[in-house]
Amino acid sequence: MSMTQHAEPAVTSPPAPGPKEVDGRTVERPQVLRLLARPEVGVFLGAAAVYVFFLIAAPPVREGASMANILYGSSTIGIMALPVALLMIGGEFDLSAGVAVITSALTAAMLSYQLTMNVWVGVIAALVVSLAIGFLNGWLVVKTGLPSFLITLGSFLILQGVNLAVTKLVTGNVATDDISTMDGFSQAKKVFASSFDVGGVQVKITIVWWLVFAAIATWVLLRTKYGNWIFAVGGNKDSARAVGVPVAFTKISLFMLVGFGAWFIGMHQLFSFNTVQSGEGVGQELIFISAAVIGGCLLTGGAGSAIGPVFGAFMFGMVQQGIVYAGWNPDWFKAFLGVMLLGAVLINLWVQRTATRR
Amino acid sequence: MTGKEANTHGAILQDTEPEDGDRPTVQLRNAGKAYGNIRALHGVDLAVRPGQVTCVLGDNGAGKSTLIKIISGLHQHTEGEFLVDGEPVHFTTPRQALDRGIATVYQDLAVVPLMPVWRNFFLGSEMTKGPWPFRRLDIEKMKKTADEELRNMGIVLDNLDQPIGTLSGGQRQCVAIARAVYFGARVLILDEPTAALGVKQSGVVLKYVAAARERGLGVIFITHNPHHAYMVGDHFSVLRLGTMELSAERSEITLEELTNHMAGGTELAALKHELSQVRGLDVDELPDARDLTAL
Ligand SMILES: Nc1ncnc2c1ncn2[C@@H]1O[C@H](COP(=O)(O)OP(=O)(O)OP(=O)(O)O)[C@@H](O)[C@H]1O
Ligand SMILES: [Mg+2]
Repeated sequence: MSMTQHAEPAVTSPPAPGPKEVDGRTVERPQVLRLLARPEVGVFLGAAAVYVFFLIAAPPVREGASMANILYGSSTIGIMALPVALLMIGGEFDLSAGVAVITSALTAAMLSYQLTMNVWVGVIAALVVSLAIGFLNGWLVVKTGLPSFLITLGSFLILQGVNLAVTKLVTGNVATDDISTMDGFSQAKKVFASSFDVGGVQVKITIVWWLVFAAIATWVLLRTKYGNWIFAVGGNKDSARAVGVPVAFTKISLFMLVGFGAWFIGMHQLFSFNTVQSGEGVGQELIFISAAVIGGCLLTGGAGSAIGPVFGAFMFGMVQQGIVYAGWNPDWFKAFLGVMLLGAVLINLWVQRTATRR
Repeated sequence: MTGKEANTHGAILQDTEPEDGDRPTVQLRNAGKAYGNIRALHGVDLAVRPGQVTCVLGDNGAGKSTLIKIISGLHQHTEGEFLVDGEPVHFTTPRQALDRGIATVYQDLAVVPLMPVWRNFFLGSEMTKGPWPFRRLDIEKMKKTADEELRNMGIVLDNLDQPIGTLSGGQRQCVAIARAVYFGARVLILDEPTAALGVKQSGVVLKYVAAARERGLGVIFITHNPHHAYMVGDHFSVLRLGTMELSAERSEITLEELTNHMAGGTELAALKHELSQVRGLDVDELPDARDLTAL
């Protein structure tokens, strides 16, 4: 148990009024040190450093269109990193989050096309399937008490196989058929994959969704009962249960939230590219988890924020696109990520040790 | 507090209870609990009445915590009956017990170390404000209430935002007790609440127990200290190896008898004898647990 991370950021206490009795042994640490001790501040500085680095190393990054592109890449990671981070604060993992995105997209594409229905039918069916997968993951974890690492490793493998096999069975191919001519397509594309113009720069709508979801997640985490319960079930689930927190509900709903994120990104991919490759998504779950960890979420649960993973995802998006703009071989991307993950974790650890030393 | 209570409660050991008034809020009949093949508790009878303090005493491992975990909904009994307001119940979660006004201070305190003090205080029973989609924590009110309740216990914290894990063991215990006192509407269960506390705080806890009784709450008070028990108890139950060895009203037992029961009678007599030879102690004045550890 580490006392160096704060479970609860950003809530400033009202100063105790009047000449109340005080303990008086608390020596105020300098403001700067206290700020630095917050993991989300650390990741903000990290993201800023990476940004400045690419501003210098890759001049094209300085253009507005490049920035929009970088933010777009970040948003597709960030939208999933949010529920993955909440789940991590709640003390669990979901290794199936990457392939679940593809499962959702495949479900919508094939149901719509094969039954020649309106695409919205497929979209809703995909939502139901995604939530059901999340529910099953959570229910198995809660009922068996096994580590979620094992349970979701199982569902990861199952979904990966099902994605390939069912797609082959239904379409006779490794990808789904193009749905761009179907009823409701342009409507759905507006919601999940459109762009709008900001001063001559095309901005993807996922960026807006990403920031909206991040704001909601932050509010829920810090200002609602449910947020309180997320910290509690991740921090100590037996204690949480003993004081009346609905542990099973909280954990299962967090897994379902990951399902919702997978559905949203799945729909984005489907309506961006009109078809889905059944073999994709493998390895993405680690990107989401890394973004959450870089964002200051405690791997063992009980501490973290929703704003940290936003910067974590931005770092990833920045590196991913920055390498291209700098004209380097994109094969370096993963190596870069690994270095960043290690660096962020070490710096966080060091800063917190220094700043919270008692 | 002695004579009056003893008189009013002296006559209610029989099974026939009057319909109103003195019906036990919580009652165990012949209850038992097995953890797999370990029989932790067997054939236990216990009644908690409004305005009465029931003390449960016993050695380490006697089954005291198991007993109260059944009542607080953390575990389920495997034999016998558990009645709340005369109605048989099987709590599957502590939430159900809390909803019936039964609040517990667990021996391991049940706090989440990384969470701030005030969030721990209200965990599971948060105060909220606003209509549904925007219903949010009433942070100001919760902090204020937590601060007041803690000050009432003599605990002054500079910063309620600090993680509870950074408090001392005794301070943590006080938070857990203040929380249970605040939320226990009808029955208050305290599992060794004074174990880690200083003299002042122990005194406050005993005062709280007495105050809860005055307010008409039923209290289950688990302790190793017969002096503490005798100061506030109306009924005494001694557990030994998972069964009820003694169940007596205050009028039926003296402090010395109670202490003897707890220590296994003859063993303590021998110990007392030895001690008196070493230190020249007054044998009539029984040393309590604190005196013993002070040696
Ligand atoms: N979860 C469990 N699984 C298996 N056995 C248990 C469990 N909890 C308690 N026991 C056993 O039940 C018996 C009674 O334990 P309990 O915790 O009720 O004792 P206690 O009277 O509270 O002791 P203490 O004074 O040390 O707190 C012990 O022998 C213990 O080993
Ligand atoms: Mg115990």
